[in-house]
Amino acid sequence: MNINKQQAQKIAFILFRLMSFSVVGVLLIILGLIIYRGIGTISWDFLSQAPEQGMTKGGIYPAIIGTLYLILGSSLFSFPIGIMSGIFMSEYAANNRLIVMIRIMTNSLSGVPSVVFGLFGMSLFVNTLGFGDSILAGSLTLGLLSLPLVIRTTEESLKAVDYAYREGSLALGASKLQTIRNVVFPMAFPNIISGLILSIGRVSGETAPILFTVAAYFLPKLPSSIFDQVMALPYHLYVISTSGTDIEASRDIAYGTALVLVTIVLILNILANLLRRYFAKKVKTN
Amino acid sequence: MSTIDARNVDFYYGNFHTLKNINLEVQKSEVVALIGPSGCGKSTFLRLLNRMNDLIDGVSITGTILINGLDIYATSVRVDELRKEVGMVFQKPNPFPKSIFDNVAYGLRVNGVKDKALIEQRVEESLKSAALWGEVKEKMKKSAFALSLGQQQRLCIARALAVKPKVILMDEPASALDPISTTKIEDLIHELKQDYTIVIVTHNMQQASRVSDKTAYFYLGELIEYDKTTTIFTNPQKLSTQNYITGRFG
Ligand SMILES: Nc1ncnc2c1ncn2[C@@H]1O[C@H](COP(=O)(O)OP(=O)(O)OP(=O)(O)O)[C@@H](O)[C@H]1O
Ligand SMILES: [Mg+2]
Repeated sequence: MNINKQQAQKIAFILFRLMSFSVVGVLLIILGLIIYRGIGTISWDFLSQAPEQGMTKGGIYPAIIGTLYLILGSSLFSFPIGIMSGIFMSEYAANNRLIVMIRIMTNSLSGVPSVVFGLFGMSLFVNTLGFGDSILAGSLTLGLLSLPLVIRTTEESLKAVDYAYREGSLALGASKLQTIRNVVFPMAFPNIISGLILSIGRVSGETAPILFTVAAYFLPKLPSSIFDQVMALPYHLYVISTSGTDIEASRDIAYGTALVLVTIVLILNILANLLRRYFAKKVKTN
Repeated sequence: MSTIDARNVDFYYGNFHTLKNINLEVQKSEVVALIGPSGCGKSTFLRLLNRMNDLIDGVSITGTILINGLDIYATSVRVDELRKEVGMVFQKPNPFPKSIFDNVAYGLRVNGVKDKALIEQRVEESLKSAALWGEVKEKMKKSAFALSLGQQQRLCIARALAVKPKVILMDEPASALDPISTTKIEDLIHELKQDYTIVIVTHNMQQASRVSDKTAYFYLGELIEYDKTTTIFTNPQKLSTQNYITGRFG
């Protein structure tokens, strides 16, 4: 049979559509399952109480708080460093060999398995620097993990700003720094902010990097300093599904925890989009 | 003393010899049009006058360019000071994503002017000089992006005027605009020449003859002919110039 151009196009589009629908489908099934199995567990007590009876009862409050602390701590570390490096890479670094090297290395860093970051964090922050298993060590490790993404987003967002705006500013006698601060960065900001929030989403779900650096198996007490351990949602989920005191009895709690984690990531993603749109509008009308 | 005095200027992008032994003088309050086929080096020459080409890697320049007697490539020259003296308007309007007011105030602010009253006064003056005041005085806080393209370009001119330059460089300032906006820009150039020295690149022969006192014809990186605009358009000395202005090539 001879297929003509129109038919070929039709078949191709059907295929494309099928593939994209199946991706969405799988996503919906996963979400559906988690919601279905987890929703019954969600209650105010579940969100505000510590685990009880060998983590087969009670809530996950300490793990939520722990995850929030880790998000905050890793962001405090990775945002300033990552944004500044991104600005350097995009605006200052000439395209010489050193920069190409740095770029390749940041890119490969984002391909390093997260468990390797965990081991590295343990050896450097926990042992060598003596922070012990702590929020500090965990935040730094997670920060390292998200650094490539932050650098990359910043760099790409800045590069997407039309060169004409830089020239317009420089031609008025503005310095390069003034140009970046007053024109280029504000224009890139909507994309940068959404990249940053996506990196938070990534950080909040990681288990391996916190395994050896901060996460506590069971610690109902909230931390009182950055040198304390905390529980964290992904690790808690891992523990109660694989090595809890009674895995079967914790099953519902596991799904409830998963639902909370997924919700946090989902909210962050939606937030990323909203903020990007909000700031894109604001940048234009400001 | 000439306002602009380029002497034996050679310019290279890497190994590419883009401008060859350019000698060109511009007197105060003259409007000079740079014409020539695409790629002949008009923009490159223009951008030498406010050192915009400094931003590109691997370029080199020999010869001297004096602006009001000052060698602008001397090591003692501060580029930001130079760019205050020599303003630039680009081909595509490039207002900043800020309010109309902040666009015009930008050059003053980055150059350290803090006096609010002075800034307001300069913004108004500049917008008036750019023949835009009447259209925007009610909406100074509105985004510059809300203006039409033609208005945006006049805003960019106002923005350049605000820092009180002596020279204004324009690189095809009307090529992205409709005929009415183009006429407005041309009228504006007539007004501005009282107070400013203007160098304008254009592909439009009529425009060159309408707005300029002198015309420089570039071809393949050389300045072929430079004379009074009337002479260039009625009695060019070189065959190449004649071919170009009569539209036989380019
Ligand atoms: N950044 C650059 N790097 C290398 N070569 C360049 C660069 N910019 C311009 N050129 C080259 O230098 C020559 C002159 O370019 P220029 O932009 O000055 O021409 P032009 O006369 O302004 O042309 P047009 O009328 O198309 O704007 C061209 O051959 C162009 O390809
Ligand atoms: Mg050009």
